[in-house]
Amino acid sequence: MIETAKIVIAVFILLGSLICLAASFGTLRLPDVYSRIHAASKGATLGIICVLLGVFFYFWFLHGIIAAKVLLGIVFVFLTSPVGAHLIARAAYNTGVKMEEKSVQDDYEGYRNFVIKKKEDSYL
Amino acid sequence: MNKQQTNDVILQTVTKVACFIILLFSFHLFFAGHNNPGGGFIAGLMTSSSFVLLLLAYDLKTVKNILPINFIYVAATGLFISVCTGIGSFVFGAQFLSHAFGYFHLPLLGKTELATAVLFDTGVYLVVVGVTMTIIQTIGERE
Repeated sequence: MIETAKIVIAVFILLGSLICLAASFGTLRLPDVYSRIHAASKGATLGIICVLLGVFFYFWFLHGIIAAKVLLGIVFVFLTSPVGAHLIARAAYNTGVKMEEKSVQDDYEGYRNFVIKKKEDSYL
Repeated sequence: MNKQQTNDVILQTVTKVACFIILLFSFHLFFAGHNNPGGGFIAGLMTSSSFVLLLLAYDLKTVKNILPINFIYVAATGLFISVCTGIGSFVFGAQFLSHAFGYFHLPLLGKTELATAVLFDTGVYLVVVGVTMTIIQTIGERE
């Protein structure tokens, strides 16, 4: 029973760290801001949630402690990390960061609420 | 510079939930401070960070409507409470800032250890909240 629990914990923690590694590779390799945010926010969120679940199971199965703080952390990361990504992406779009050359469609074009008048306003 | 008012629905909706989570966690840190990591200082910082999240999602006027508190008075009250707990030990003939604790049977919690250090910590908590919020509100108003 303890051995099974240890395997479950190890799988969760290793899976979480591998997902975080994939997210960091995605942040390095992808071409523009939006796809980098796409990789970083989703990958890091799921990876951290997996690691925290592993920590929660470790304390529960091996020490008999139900760590409510870790559960709260999972809820909090799940709630706030995508919102942070959304705000960063929107700020990038509004300040005029261009998409990658190969992208086809921009349905939000013309609805930027930041108008670039001078050259210093643009972050390109 | 802004063509239209920015629409912050997602940030504001999540703030409504996250703010209470941060506040609850700061209270937990405050009361856990005696036997676990935590205490007045970090609890005050967490509380003021939840207020700062409100300030980020809404504007200064709305937050002043929600919390109609002058935070300088909060800091002053905290200092007053801390000094009073120090002076209070003179009443029992003990030295300044002496600390006492006892075990009490409370209605819901059962046997609980109550210490006078919590009162001092309350003072620290109020000072930290007051000073942080005063700094941030005064910087934010300089526009």
